Amino acid sequence: MPLLELDDVEARYGPIKALHGVTLTLDDGEVVALLGANGAGKTTTLRAISGTVRRSGGVSFDGRSLGRRSPESIAKLGIAHVPEGRGLFPELTVWENLRMGAYVRGERKTIRSEAPRVLGYFPWLEARKTQQAGTLSGGEQQMLALARALVSRPRLLMLDEPSLGLAPTIVAEIFRIVRELNTEDGLSVLVVEQNAKIALESSARAYVLEVGRVAVEGASAELERHEGVRKSYLGY
Amino acid sequence: MIALPRPLYTAVKLTALAAAVAILAVLPRFMGEFRVGQFTFVGIYFIALLGLNILTGYSGQISLGHGAFMGIGAYVTAVLTLGRKGLVLFGHHPPSWIPLGDGMRPTLTIPIAFVVTGIVGLLFGMPALRLAGVSLALATFAVAVSLPTVAKRFDDVTGGGGGLSLPLPETPFGLHLSAPHWLYYEAWGCAAILFVVAWLLVRARVGRAWRSIRDGELAATASGVSPALYKTLAFGVSSAFAGVAGSLLAIQVAFVNPDTFPLSLSILLLASVVVGGLGSLSGVIVGALMLEFLPVYAQHPPLVGQSFSKQAPGVVFGVVLILIMFAVPAGVAGLLRRIVRPLTKPVPTVSD
Amino acid sequence: MAELLQQIVSGLASGAIYASLALALVLIYRSTDVINFAQGEMATFTTYTAWSLMHHGMSYWPAFALTLAIAFAGGVAVERVVIRPVERRPELVIVIVTIGLLLTINATIGWIWGADVKAFDSPFPNNTWDVHGVTISIQDVGTLGVCLFTVLLLWGFFRFTTVGLAMRAVAINPNASRLLAVRVGWMLALGWGLAAVLGAVAGMMAAPTVFLDPSMMLVILIYAFAAAVLGGIDSPVGAVVGGLTLGVLINLLSRYVDFVGTELRLPTALAVLLVVLIIRPQGLFGHRAVRRV
Repeated sequence: MPLLELDDVEARYGPIKALHGVTLTLDDGEVVALLGANGAGKTTTLRAISGTVRRSGGVSFDGRSLGRRSPESIAKLGIAHVPEGRGLFPELTVWENLRMGAYVRGERKTIRSEAPRVLGYFPWLEARKTQQAGTLSGGEQQMLALARALVSRPRLLMLDEPSLGLAPTIVAEIFRIVRELNTEDGLSVLVVEQNAKIALESSARAYVLEVGRVAVEGASAELERHEGVRKSYLGY
Repeated sequence: MIALPRPLYTAVKLTALAAAVAILAVLPRFMGEFRVGQFTFVGIYFIALLGLNILTGYSGQISLGHGAFMGIGAYVTAVLTLGRKGLVLFGHHPPSWIPLGDGMRPTLTIPIAFVVTGIVGLLFGMPALRLAGVSLALATFAVAVSLPTVAKRFDDVTGGGGGLSLPLPETPFGLHLSAPHWLYYEAWGCAAILFVVAWLLVRARVGRAWRSIRDGELAATASGVSPALYKTLAFGVSSAFAGVAGSLLAIQVAFVNPDTFPLSLSILLLASVVVGGLGSLSGVIVGALMLEFLPVYAQHPPLVGQSFSKQAPGVVFGVVLILIMFAVPAGVAGLLRRIVRPLTKPVPTVSD
Repeated sequence: MAELLQQIVSGLASGAIYASLALALVLIYRSTDVINFAQGEMATFTTYTAWSLMHHGMSYWPAFALTLAIAFAGGVAVERVVIRPVERRPELVIVIVTIGLLLTINATIGWIWGADVKAFDSPFPNNTWDVHGVTISIQDVGTLGVCLFTVLLLWGFFRFTTVGLAMRAVAINPNASRLLAVRVGWMLALGWGLAAVLGAVAGMMAAPTVFLDPSMMLVILIYAFAAAVLGGIDSPVGAVVGGLTLGVLINLLSRYVDFVGTELRLPTALAVLLVVLIIRPQGLFGHRAVRRV
């Protein structure tokens, strides 16, 4: 049984329909990429899962239908959504941002037990604990956002365009860490990306969205090889 | 639903207006003097609310100090009516640079109050245009609370805390009307004139400019409207209207002191214009009626047989205000429009 | 010189009251983006509650504590019942709602307790200390102490507790907070509750001097607005600094500048408010101006 299942999901922003029936699955321990052009509905799909947009259709996680749950209760189920723009708290310190990551499982005890593990992936954060998050560089902010999401030991990590505005070396590093989390800890990851190449290299399967629907789906390796798909949907 | 064509709808509106005018004209014949006085107050509030509606409803600027501008008009009338002689009689010594004569006919002070208060409004409007939304509300709020203290301080002109007593109202020009009737027609006469003025302004380019500013300053600027000019103009016009209302009030009550125009008046004025309907001239009459009669009926509701505290009106007003904001932000007029609109053919209008 | 110091101390005391109410305003503005015109009336209502408790035999400090608890509950209730339905609406609508609230509470106070002026006990003795020839009123010191202590407690709450951290997060980015399982609605309500507590402290500290009547806090609200705007409407530090500064400034002006005297204190605050709004809308320490563009 898949960990995450979307069945013909529709979503709208006011009068504007953004998703016209998206169907996808994600198995436990998989990394799945969600690709497509701007405005295809990738971000909206993540929002439909985390409960931050009005949607209809079936979304189930771990066998349970998410129904009309609030974003807060969905987060409690173990879904960590790192939104576009990272959703950091710039005026708070690095450490305080991490503490907020622990909030979902009870901040005090969780941060104490999980911090060492998370800092293990991002050792440079240790020295920056008291620095205001807004003063970090773009790449550092992305990694902090990732670290914050990991503090609560989520079952599913959802990343929205982690490569946005970052230099290739940093992007490579971030995806390396994502792959490591997946292979070592069995973390399931759903990653939305404009940078199709790196996303396909780091994932097992991928879906390509177009105008709010799934246009193409398949194993990432195959999609990478398929020149037609690459040219039409992925831009390279 | 039978769809009425637009011209018929306009005809209905005009008929309603004509009927209203006719009713207002003959109303005093059917009531006692006290009631006539009450309806004079309705007229006074009508004028004040017209002005406030132009400011808040049409050009989208919140003012919590409208009562203070009424106060300015009232003091202008009081001071000019008494004249230097009258003030000295009370023991006040106004500075000599203020042009005071020996006392004027109260009616003639009304246009002067209009102009003076309008100018004060323009002067206030200029720096105020740098304040948007809540800042302006804050500033006008502070003005409303501070004005009584300023009036008390400069008591050589304003009569300080004791205020100024005007001579009792008399029917001028030897007309065969009782004083209350004269005051009624005086108030409603001004109301009619100012209603036409307001109507013309709202329909003209000025009005469209105001609406475009209310709906979004950036868009307005993009279409060539200078927000600064029109916002200041709105302030000036609305203050001038308030000045007339205050002037008429001073004449009616024959007394002005700093507590005649407290903050609560400014708040109730805003509440009434909201309830009546922002951005709608016809809703103003609802607001004016409410402002005059709600306090009366809230205290002694008919049929209930109980008498409530003097505070009941405040509670009712406040709660009604909140509930209206929950349900129908456009006020009573908005509610009516929602009912009436399905009856007319959908014609795109320069929206109210 | 001694007189100057006395004026400064008493200015600080009234400034502390302005600072408390200003902090309440800032707290609400930061969390819900609303300027609460009813903050003063809410404070007045709770002060009257304290009066009733003491009138029925409770001694001061228990009544004080109970009043704070009632104020907290009241603030939470107001946010949930009155503000929540309109929190996404345009600014004009929310402003009018808080004004409706002002009107309702003001009238309700008059209804329940009557409009006559009442005396309010102070927990501090009415005498003075002599410090090197400077006469300092204990009432002033006490007021300053209580207000600053409350502010300090609040600071500690935000700095060191989990809930305080979550509230700060919500003020910065409510959407991101939701994704981290923070129940944003209740955090906002909590903010209103704490603001109400600050207001109650301000009210109970002011009442012995200005006497209790339904419009008691209206004038103080103006001072608080001026202080909050001066300090920066989104800066808690600014509210406190602004309040203390304004208190001292007005006291000194009214004592030493004849034109101002005692009657023009309020218009002076108004002038400060206007000047800051026009020249430097974000105040001394703030980042956002009091307007939504």
